[in-house]
Amino acid sequence: MDRVAIVGASMTPFGDREGEWLRDLLAEAGADCLDDAGVGADAVDHLYVSNMASGELEGQTGVPNMLAHDLAAQPAYTARIDQTSSSGGAGIYAAWQSIASGASEMTLLVGGEKMTHKTTGEATDVIASLTHPVEYKHGVTLPSFAGLTARLYLEEYDAPRESLGKVAVKNHRNGVDNPKAQFRKEVDLDTVLDSPIVADPLRLYDFCPITDGSAALLFCPESVAREIADEYVLVSGVAGATDTHVVHERADPTTMRGVVESSDQAYEMADREPEDVDFAELHDMFTILEFLQFEDLGFAEKGEGWKAIESGRTERDGDLPINTSGGLKSKGHPLGASGVAQAVEVYEQLLGEAGDRQLDDPEVGLACNVGGFGNCVTTTILETPEAE
Amino acid sequence: MSDQTDTTSDEASEEPAMTAYRYPDGSVTYPGHPRGPDGNEPVGTVDLSEYTAEVVTWTTSTATPPGVRQPNHLAIVEFDVDGRPVRALGQLEEGNVEIGDMVEPFHVDELRDPEAGIREPESQAWDGFRFRPVEE
Repeated sequence: MDRVAIVGASMTPFGDREGEWLRDLLAEAGADCLDDAGVGADAVDHLYVSNMASGELEGQTGVPNMLAHDLAAQPAYTARIDQTSSSGGAGIYAAWQSIASGASEMTLLVGGEKMTHKTTGEATDVIASLTHPVEYKHGVTLPSFAGLTARLYLEEYDAPRESLGKVAVKNHRNGVDNPKAQFRKEVDLDTVLDSPIVADPLRLYDFCPITDGSAALLFCPESVAREIADEYVLVSGVAGATDTHVVHERADPTTMRGVVESSDQAYEMADREPEDVDFAELHDMFTILEFLQFEDLGFAEKGEGWKAIESGRTERDGDLPINTSGGLKSKGHPLGASGVAQAVEVYEQLLGEAGDRQLDDPEVGLACNVGGFGNCVTTTILETPEAE
Repeated sequence: MSDQTDTTSDEASEEPAMTAYRYPDGSVTYPGHPRGPDGNEPVGTVDLSEYTAEVVTWTTSTATPPGVRQPNHLAIVEFDVDGRPVRALGQLEEGNVEIGDMVEPFHVDELRDPEAGIREPESQAWDGFRFRPVEE
């Protein structure tokens, strides 16, 4: 079977894009991605838009058709991919399927969200609307799930509170070198640990910001990539999985079954082991999530993930750099765009296009995109054609 | 299985119930689901309001959505129903618990303002059970 390649990538600057709406952001990223690949819109067979809540946040529906028209990509088949915060990862899976099945020879995936025009409370409520009624009526939010889980994790595994703060420090430091990141400012550990409490024991700097932004990827069969691109990366593994909708029904809230299941499948598809991964982009919507995914992806034993930040393993110069882009924490988290932007970072690192944050010749990168509080997850493994 | 049914009334006493559902394999979930962990329909109910529970973890949320009290103390608790663990998430009366403490549910008519959030007010119930420490 022809392998699936990515031949173009782009992302808009993430942050407060005042005066620009989802339509503008998607078109910017989509057009830039086609330009990056040198492919015309008339070559696009399928166009997918990863987006969680354009109707709720902006009152705009019918987004994929809108984007197809704005890019002059008609009569491309279009679809909207909504899987809450993991819409981007789900879009990658859908794009891969479209190429692997032979249904499309050129698929453009654009993820995006416009959020900053809403207050923090309003945006938090839109996101919390993914919860079950018995959760929602208690006023539970995604940050409060993070606080509940962080307290349990610190207690069960005797991890120091400071280790969570060091995740924020690391990812902010990485974000300084990402010109598209929302926050390009270092923070020190004292600042993180002294910031206001949001969901005890987690504080303001343990959380990602509210963000506007868009990111895009262009997929095609490897046989086509060889003809049209000097360089490309391969989707060697991709899989998605779910956990319980009701978070408290999980026997162990510190284990994300969707991460375990999706990564197991992605590793098998790619014929890879966790030890083969050179670097990864993890869904650090909250600092505690970096530990949980690090463990559930097989990079550390259960309860040992926090030791990676303490030893420097996950720093840019460590043996397994995590979130070289700055992660959601520093780069920002425009819901539907985030999973796509994770893969954009992996793509750029693999092609040596990551600028000041470039790693030393990585060959295999992984992205883990989480929706809800681990409710739905997509794990993607990208690698260079020459990867051994 | 309607979202309205997580809180039901005992016809004999007219007291609200915190209704969990029992499945053929003996497992119990709160809330109930059309199919349980064993893939089968529920075969009975359990009123958790008659039990005490142990605090699994808790948090105090200070950034709350519209219509939610601020701060909002929340906990995941675990009931022991005839040897079967059943977990629930709910508001705490106050932020005065620790992991391992025992709590009891008590009914509240309205846990948040149904008119203030994004969800359609008629789509679900808004009363429910908060937890408070068991008095020794």
